[in-house]
Amino acid sequence: MTGLRAIYIIWYRDILRFWHDRMRMLGSITFPLLFLVIFGSGLSSSMQFTQLSMDEFDIVVAGGLSLPGDSVFIKMPIDYLDFMFPGIISMSVLTGALMGGASLVWDREFGFLKEVLVAPVNRVYVATGKVLGAATIALIPGLIIMIFAPILGISFSIATVFKLLPLMFLLAVSLSSLGILLATRIRSMEAFQMIMQLMMMPMIFLSGVFFPLQGLPSWLNFLTKINPASYGVAPIREVVLGKEISDPLGIKLFGHTMTMWENIAVLAIFGAMMITLAMWSFSHQE
Amino acid sequence: MAENIIEVNNLIKNFGKLTAVNDVSFNVARGEILGFLGPNGAGKTTTIRILCTLAKPSSGQATVNGYDVVRQQHQVRESIGLVFQDPSLDIKLSGIQNLRFHAMIYNVPSSVREQRIKEVLNMVELWDRRNSKVTTYSGGMKRRLELARGLLHHPKVLFLDEPTLGLDPQTRNRIWEYITDLQKQEGTTIFLTTHYMDEADKASRIAVIDNGKIAALDSPAKLKASVGKDIITLKTDDNVKAADEIKSRYQIDAKHDNDELIIEKAGGNEFLPLFIKEFSVNIQSISLRRPSLDDVFLKLTGHEIRQEQAGNSFKEMARRMGH
Repeated sequence: MTGLRAIYIIWYRDILRFWHDRMRMLGSITFPLLFLVIFGSGLSSSMQFTQLSMDEFDIVVAGGLSLPGDSVFIKMPIDYLDFMFPGIISMSVLTGALMGGASLVWDREFGFLKEVLVAPVNRVYVATGKVLGAATIALIPGLIIMIFAPILGISFSIATVFKLLPLMFLLAVSLSSLGILLATRIRSMEAFQMIMQLMMMPMIFLSGVFFPLQGLPSWLNFLTKINPASYGVAPIREVVLGKEISDPLGIKLFGHTMTMWENIAVLAIFGAMMITLAMWSFSHQE
Repeated sequence: MAENIIEVNNLIKNFGKLTAVNDVSFNVARGEILGFLGPNGAGKTTTIRILCTLAKPSSGQATVNGYDVVRQQHQVRESIGLVFQDPSLDIKLSGIQNLRFHAMIYNVPSSVREQRIKEVLNMVELWDRRNSKVTTYSGGMKRRLELARGLLHHPKVLFLDEPTLGLDPQTRNRIWEYITDLQKQEGTTIFLTTHYMDEADKASRIAVIDNGKIAALDSPAKLKASVGKDIITLKTDDNVKAADEIKSRYQIDAKHDNDELIIEKAGGNEFLPLFIKEFSVNIQSISLRRPSLDDVFLKLTGHEIRQEQAGNSFKEMARRMGH
């Protein structure tokens, strides 16, 4: 059997299972939507974020205008809701992708994994199919949130959606690989869920979903830079908000502001490492 | 093509200090039903796991369909079908979806896939329920679906690990009908484990396994014959006179048991018609009991198959935790 075919079969089953169980999706879109509605709307109105015109913003970027407060945050020509929106899309993808590993834990707990392990299929392909299945499913809440966005007054073009999809998919594949990797070694569903929750929260909070990764205390700064999710959020934000606005919010490594492609490269390297480890770990289990 | 479809030489499997399979050697001929009989924890499942490439032997070799179970895992996996002791279905999918997944992953050509799925589902009488999710199936239906799935890719060897464990007698009988039909019609070799004596009786040959070793390997009839003679119980008008006649005519000591006489005689089924014809005392009732596999197991291992279970549950647990 060709590898692609095997990957497709494993992927297809996970998609089919998801489809049978699609109401589960409600749970995974509720949280990001609540964040978006409550934080986004609540914070932007109660905290009185200064919105600059595009002209004023240009002057700020050029360093010619000083405003009260030190943060780039309040010097944006957008309100908090707009700032947060690309972050929330990333967050829903990240959550779904990491939790995707649960399908493997489930397969083991309910015995179905044996059916796969004893089949004449290279386990590398099985692991790949599992990762791609989890990644595909992880995209769906992000897409649903995009459908809701115009209701909240967030606007973007269809072209933006098509530019976002590959970025979301890269983030999804990288983190699904991490999820599947952990799932090859964690035997119980309870333990898996607990570990995922423990990882997920810091990853989300420190990835630039809720605040720009600028002017942070050094320990926090360090954590945001070693967080792979940061490199997924940044390009997604750049596509939604445009380079001009997102550049001052970008990740600075050793004084250099990371470009979109550099961020993508970091995330891709992380993803490649994770999927390789996941394949190895999945192949080396009894 | 080798005569033996399974060849096992000096197989050993250790889990830490515990030796689950202890220097086991045997062959399985093409097309036979081999029953692995023994109590829980005797090493049956571990042996199956090694033959199915799910576990690696600590030492020794085994081949299935001519392929080495360690070095040629892929070819072994293509040659075998497997029904596990524990369920291994995707309960969130329907019966037919489970089978389609299996057919695809075992490379059953798409031109024959639906036809074969229909055949196996009809065989296990689940065609009408094919679109129901497996969650709604009873235990027996699930097992039948697993059996159908194991056959879908026409394996050379079908491994059945306790295929009827926990099922009601009616379902057990039905599953056995499928198994024997399959062996007769398709020539599939069947390797099964059981601790039900009556099931082992239906095998072509039985390997009695205890404490990781094979205590005996032969046909059920020969195994029983090795235990001893058939037991004939009879009741006559005059038991004392009858006992005398048996002693003088056949040189057998008959034992008195209440108002009955018990005699032991090899080949009792051939002896009985002759005996009734020749005997002068009027016989009121007569019965013949052949030694059962329980008697075989008791003689070979020194204990009954059931008694071991409580003591072995810890061993079983250790075995399961080992992988």
